[in-house]
Amino acid sequence: MSATKVKFSPVIGLEIHIQLNTKSKAYSTDATTYGAAPNTQVSPVSLGHPGTLPMFNEMAVKSAVKLGVACHSNIRERNEFARKNYFYADMPKGYQITQHHTPICYGGFIAIKDADGNEKKIGITRIHMEEDSGKSIHDIDPFHTLIDLNRAGVPLLEMVSEPDFRNGVEAYNYLSEVRKLVRYLDISDGNMEEGSMRCDVNVSVRPEGREKFGTKVEVKNMNSFRNVQRAIDFEIKRQVALIESGGEVQQETMNFDAAKGETVLMRSKEDAHDYRYFNEPDLQPVIVTEDYVENVKNNMPPLPSALVEKYVNELKLSEYDAAVLTENKQMAWYFEELISHTKNYKSAANWMMGAIKSYLNERAVDIENFTVKPAKIAACIQLVDDGKISNTIAAQNVFPKLVEYPDTEPLQIAQENNWIQESNQDALLEIVQQALAKYPAKVEEYKAGKKGLLGLFMGEVMKLSRGKADPKVATQLLTEELSK
Amino acid sequence: MKISKEEVEKLAHLSRLQLDETAVTSMQKDMNKMLSFVEKINELDLEGVEPLAYMSDEVNVLRADEIKQEITHEEALKNAPDKDTDYFRVPKVLR
Repeated sequence: MSATKVKFSPVIGLEIHIQLNTKSKAYSTDATTYGAAPNTQVSPVSLGHPGTLPMFNEMAVKSAVKLGVACHSNIRERNEFARKNYFYADMPKGYQITQHHTPICYGGFIAIKDADGNEKKIGITRIHMEEDSGKSIHDIDPFHTLIDLNRAGVPLLEMVSEPDFRNGVEAYNYLSEVRKLVRYLDISDGNMEEGSMRCDVNVSVRPEGREKFGTKVEVKNMNSFRNVQRAIDFEIKRQVALIESGGEVQQETMNFDAAKGETVLMRSKEDAHDYRYFNEPDLQPVIVTEDYVENVKNNMPPLPSALVEKYVNELKLSEYDAAVLTENKQMAWYFEELISHTKNYKSAANWMMGAIKSYLNERAVDIENFTVKPAKIAACIQLVDDGKISNTIAAQNVFPKLVEYPDTEPLQIAQENNWIQESNQDALLEIVQQALAKYPAKVEEYKAGKKGLLGLFMGEVMKLSRGKADPKVATQLLTEELSK
Repeated sequence: MKISKEEVEKLAHLSRLQLDETAVTSMQKDMNKMLSFVEKINELDLEGVEPLAYMSDEVNVLRADEIKQEITHEEALKNAPDKDTDYFRVPKVLR
């Protein structure tokens, strides 16, 4: 037996297909609505009829540039299209129009968290524009495969990463980041279950310290982030075990069986495709000028990474708060509007992550459909800061009323319900004296050194004032009275 | 450049065409004719000439992202050799 076992380190790369949310297809004018009746959103071009000519959708170019800018990529000036030839029933032209040698974006990175929570940059090799295929349905007709071409020609971006991942967690975090990005940019639904984001992974392992990569295996057909992570971790174990038992990894394409949690062989290298790429003569080159890129950049919404930086550095919020607030675009937009109405950022963040978030979760409402406007929340924060109502009253009493009557002013709600805090010294002093009069024995104990009793007196003050006593003033008055 | 029988068979397979022996032979002959026709170009001195991929110099021939439904569902299926009311029908791909 060998004394030391060879350690292996995995090398993983991801290819993501992002379905763009354009209204019409990449090369023709038929609609792209998800879930339409089969073969109703088709055209002579997407059906692959002879003699038809494709015409490219300008929105697809714009979306690609947006993603490229967000990933710090270089944007190519002269873009050409190519035909990728293969025969499949859901690809009626017999070729996919894609970009081969001239991907619109190349280079760049996406920052993610690694398995230990440290920042890591994942390199982007390329992003190119192409089109989706139709759908083959194998389980309706027992004797035939059925073809729905609604999806044929829907624009896609294929995003290829550098082999920078070391485990499944990193891949999971990367996918979350990409989804967040495409949703912020509003270029895709980023929904893996509906297929608007799809992911293939390349996995290989090599003995630690060796420069040369091992033979890679491609895994396809994972329908959730979690399954991508599981497939990677399974594949690493399988390859290491195979090599340790004297075997050799073959260049293969595998499917992921989510039920078994295993990868299964789909095709071996012998069946590999021969795509015979050549220039698409029916589409003229697309020139993306520096001005165009600059213009797209200037009209882009702030990205989650920029917002996190602003919240941590300028607003002095914690990294955790910043991450939660930017989790989705709508949440961030709401917060952005909220902080345009108040300077108490910490309190604004607390409202978002406290009262507002729990209300939304409870009612299963999206923040886009939340009827209370940020300005009203800011007014609540102001009432608390002015000492007119306590935090507790604001969150537990005023807020529910506000949800019920989103058009009323928080101040009005507090007044009508008699929730305005008693900070009037004379009135409060009376209450303080009443509270102390109720517990003469405890007052003696306090004076004898049992300072913890202050809480009891405070509770009584709150009870007598029905929660309206300003705690700061009340504490001050209590200590004064007790030291007499 | 000559095209081999194996190359014809490979191309036929990639296009999912079934060719019998006679068809392979005649196809090979035809393709060789085509290739030698195109080979004529090799006789020219093309030093410094950029390959011509497009028939015009136009660029950015783009269209706005607007929907125009040009054909109906019935028209889409009309010319298909096999179909049902909703779908195109093809031989079973997965067995």
